[in-house]
Amino acid sequence: MTGYLAPASLDAALAAVAGGARALAGGTDLYPAAGRRLEFPVVDLAEVPGLSGITGTPEGLRIGACTSWTTLAEAALPPACLALQQAARVVGGRQIQNVGTVGGNLCNASPAADGIPALLVLGATVELASTTGRRRLALPDFLLGPRRTALRPDEIVTAIHLPATSLAGRSAFQKLGARAYLVISIAMVAARLVVSGGQITEAAVAVGSCSPVARRLHAVEAALTGPVAGAADRILAPDVAAALAPIDDVRATAAYRTHAATELVRRTVAGVLA
Amino acid sequence: MIRFRLNGQDVEAKAHPTDRLTHVLREELGLKGTKVGCDAGDCGACTVLMNGEPVCACLMPAARARGAGIETVEAATPDLAQLRARFLRHGAAQCGICTPGMLMAGAALLRRNPAPDRAVAEEALGGVLCRCTGYAKIIAAICDTGTGADHGPQDGLAVGADIDRLDGAAKVAGDSFGDDFAPAGALRVLALRSPYAHAGFRFGDLAAYARRPGIVAVLTAADVPGRNAFSVIPAFADQPAIAATPARFRGECVALVAFEPDADAGLTDFPITWEPLPALATPEEAEAEGAALVHAGRPANLLVEGRVRRGDAAAALAASAHVVEGSFTTAFVEHAYIEPEAGVAWMEGDTLCIRACTQAPGMDREDTAAILGLPVAQVRIIPSAVGGGFGSKLDISLQPLIGLVALKTGRPARMTYSRAESMISTTKRHPAEMQGRIGCDADGRITGMQFSGRFNTGAYSSWGPTVANRVPVHVSGPYFTPAIHARARAVHTNGPVSGAFRGFGVPQGALWQETLYDQLAEKAGLDRLEFRILNALRDGDVSPTGNRLSAVGIGPCLEALRPHWRAALDRAAGEKGRGIGVASCWYGCGNTALPNPSTIRIGVTTAGQLVLHQGAMDIGQGSDTVITQIAADALGVPVSSFALIGPDTKLTPDAGKTSASRQTFVTGRAAAKSAYALRATILRLANAGDKARIRFDAGRITVTEGTNRRQIDPATFPPDPRGYALSAEETYDPPTSPLDADGQGVPYAVYGYGAQMVELSVDAALGTVRLHRIIAAHDLGRVINPRLATGQIEGGIAQGIGMALMEEYLPGRTDNLHDYLIPTTGDVPPIDSILIEVPDPDGPFGAKGLGEHVLIPTAPAILNALRHATGAAITRTPALPHRVLAALKGAG
Repeated sequence: MTGYLAPASLDAALAAVAGGARALAGGTDLYPAAGRRLEFPVVDLAEVPGLSGITGTPEGLRIGACTSWTTLAEAALPPACLALQQAARVVGGRQIQNVGTVGGNLCNASPAADGIPALLVLGATVELASTTGRRRLALPDFLLGPRRTALRPDEIVTAIHLPATSLAGRSAFQKLGARAYLVISIAMVAARLVVSGGQITEAAVAVGSCSPVARRLHAVEAALTGPVAGAADRILAPDVAAALAPIDDVRATAAYRTHAATELVRRTVAGVLA
Repeated sequence: MIRFRLNGQDVEAKAHPTDRLTHVLREELGLKGTKVGCDAGDCGACTVLMNGEPVCACLMPAARARGAGIETVEAATPDLAQLRARFLRHGAAQCGICTPGMLMAGAALLRRNPAPDRAVAEEALGGVLCRCTGYAKIIAAICDTGTGADHGPQDGLAVGADIDRLDGAAKVAGDSFGDDFAPAGALRVLALRSPYAHAGFRFGDLAAYARRPGIVAVLTAADVPGRNAFSVIPAFADQPAIAATPARFRGECVALVAFEPDADAGLTDFPITWEPLPALATPEEAEAEGAALVHAGRPANLLVEGRVRRGDAAAALAASAHVVEGSFTTAFVEHAYIEPEAGVAWMEGDTLCIRACTQAPGMDREDTAAILGLPVAQVRIIPSAVGGGFGSKLDISLQPLIGLVALKTGRPARMTYSRAESMISTTKRHPAEMQGRIGCDADGRITGMQFSGRFNTGAYSSWGPTVANRVPVHVSGPYFTPAIHARARAVHTNGPVSGAFRGFGVPQGALWQETLYDQLAEKAGLDRLEFRILNALRDGDVSPTGNRLSAVGIGPCLEALRPHWRAALDRAAGEKGRGIGVASCWYGCGNTALPNPSTIRIGVTTAGQLVLHQGAMDIGQGSDTVITQIAADALGVPVSSFALIGPDTKLTPDAGKTSASRQTFVTGRAAAKSAYALRATILRLANAGDKARIRFDAGRITVTEGTNRRQIDPATFPPDPRGYALSAEETYDPPTSPLDADGQGVPYAVYGYGAQMVELSVDAALGTVRLHRIIAAHDLGRVINPRLATGQIEGGIAQGIGMALMEEYLPGRTDNLHDYLIPTTGDVPPIDSILIEVPDPDGPFGAKGLGEHVLIPTAPAILNALRHATGAAITRTPALPHRVLAALKGAG
């Protein structure tokens, strides 16, 4: 079966996935495993209206699932989104960023997915559609494990929503790998802080590549909330470690990951506060 | 049908909508300039512009091109033409396989930003991997927005001139590599490979499988007509082209299937039953009492032990004022050239022709003929452009496989390894476990060394014997060592075949010795550079193999670093976490104590065209250019007078393999000899003296001496047996002698020398390393082409950086270019090359080899700088962040 459809409507795309086709967004995760071509039925989302681009909504920002990393990186977004834009610049090289999509990054559900920590600190929700209706899931509820999501076979991720409440403050992202470019991270951190009158009033911190799916660090966030002064000192290694479940692999040991995550959290937070 | 705009023209192509765009461009539209390195978006070789933006064509569904504007390296836009010229002028293309991707990514950048700085260019090109250049000249070409001056060699001054590489125009246009040519109707050949490190296997109904639609032939070991065993060293021939049961390593070929060109080729239900067997993973297991033998007849799984013994090392160490002892462990390292093995075979009458990427056409011919049971004269090897080799393309890979299919079916047969197939089935750098002791006297003079190394040579011999022999010869480094006892064992396992990789084990040995020398210098209370200068070999010193050395260049190399070293020491003293390190190399050019002749033919056609049969495989290093420069000056004519015929075994005498840093030296000498001989013939015909000037012009040879001017018309000569009006053919074989049981003899006629220093900073909290600058001083004897030389240095350093900090091939785990990491644009710091010339009387115009030397000092210099910065001694590569951090905690 090698069917190919490139529908110009979402309904047609949804009908196709309901019929067993796989959604093709950027293709950067589907092609590496392929031979000369994709040997399964696909529905190409490129022509489906409404799946690409970033728009303001009454509730915040809507990022179409097929928005490319380059589009995201070059968009005029509030400082809270800087972590996401910094992450967008390190998803592969520019060749990948030009076609790879934010929705595809979520659906691929790699523990090292570059976009996920930033989306976690932005409180992202995932908009899913099928022929039977639409639903939204908070990002942590969408990501079930390595390469596992709550996406049903008949569904397409249509958008990522960032609530207005999460668009406050500033954010930053840091990725640690064994080389400069084109690298799967050993650990990465996104942090978003809302600072007012010398106080951190809201803190969101997420770590990727150190657990089956990237996680928010709630204890660290709670500890950070308070005076800006001494904030970094309140980031405690045990709080970071308790939130993570790293593994040993070819890139690093689990123990190193925990250690590095703590250091990166401190640096990322310091970067936001700088 | 898919219609789009390609390089400004409307095109339509037959394509399935999800065909990779690379397939459509290359196979349907015949535009082979866009290269395929990984099919996974990991290497960027296939970068094309889609509506002006760079994308990986390998990941792009053909249907997405519909209605789009696609630009490839074949585009004729003025900006791309200008960028091509800049790449050529800067020497930004070596092998050329990444060049199309680099050009397209660069063109896209320059349209966004006409004057990028280095950082911007590095980021924009960060998605394209290059294994040859170290990126420096690529970045320079991108950032050089001036027009630049043309380079052109002047008469008689080619040696030493910075001329553009003669094959450069092809490189910047998208050269023709192994997968870029096939006769129409060529069968597609796939290899079935063992998924296990060691396994028996039984075939099911092959005859029924072979009757499936689209399948033309199924071939196994039983179909191999000749001797199904090869090795680069014939005495060790042990590796089957197609294995009979059992398979001895993961990735070994056990069967071939040839498909019709339009069939959907795949091996998913090939009838085979595997019976996994216990596998020897490490030399420790392989040498354990009672271990199974990988090859009957090689007791204890020992392939070869190399030894060098001179003086009484134990007594010397016992009498030493200071002794250091240490061990070092290295990993499998993958060559990771961007061109996976590819080629095509066809029959011309009863001659089997094979066009493929290779470093050794002569060996390919002999091995393929033996395996296929053909007379050597019935095999013709036509090398394609080679997209990187670094040692692995010395061994045959697909040559006997496609040859067998062409022979059996009578039809052309092509094969292109996937990235994974290339990585699992071809050779690796030997993992080494090394230990020993080095001593010095109270003044810091080295007194003696004991060294023992165990090298994991994998399932078959390949270059294991060479590694075992080269390491003890070189493990002293270029330092006078009066007493030495060094042993290196190549031990079989069921791992990947370890073979040749830039340096034949010497880089591993250098990691051990150069990191220990730092410790010894400290014990002796000497500056680490001064310790090396004190001990540097000098003319008249005797080497560990008992040779009195001359033309020794290590002292000048180390001394050239001195001012930089002192300045860098001051910088390091002022900044926490900053450190500097130095390491040296020496390296014998050519085969170790074995003959390795090169032959060069130069002819003048009856039409007056000067022809150079240049048989030294240019795998990016520049031998087409360098050998021609040497021939030009020896003959006394401009480089532009020559037409080149490459290393096609039907047309060109054997110039040996591109290996062991031998081509500039050995083939260069043969070229000089041949050119001198032709010059003598011409001068004799013209009755002219040695100082006369020779010119080839308008079909005539003009010889001018003072006011005398004589013309020779080649048309008046009957063609000689080589088909030329005049010709010369000369062979050079370096004078060496065999090594005895203690490794005493003359292993090499010429050595090259070098030293590199590294400045870096270590992030002590994360264990990460940032390289600031590398200064490399290399003694080339005589620099034939400075731009090519610095290109070799920069590229070798990049590979040394990879070896030090990130590269580790783990079978079954890093069989791709995203888990196996090689340096990107952002990983190679600025490199300053200092070219030293201590002429060697045996080298052409004094020249020595360089290709492998340049990699040897880099990794130990990095580790020495890391220890200087932090106190942490790293004893295992690669120094990944978690290992560095662990070492830092140990040091703290």
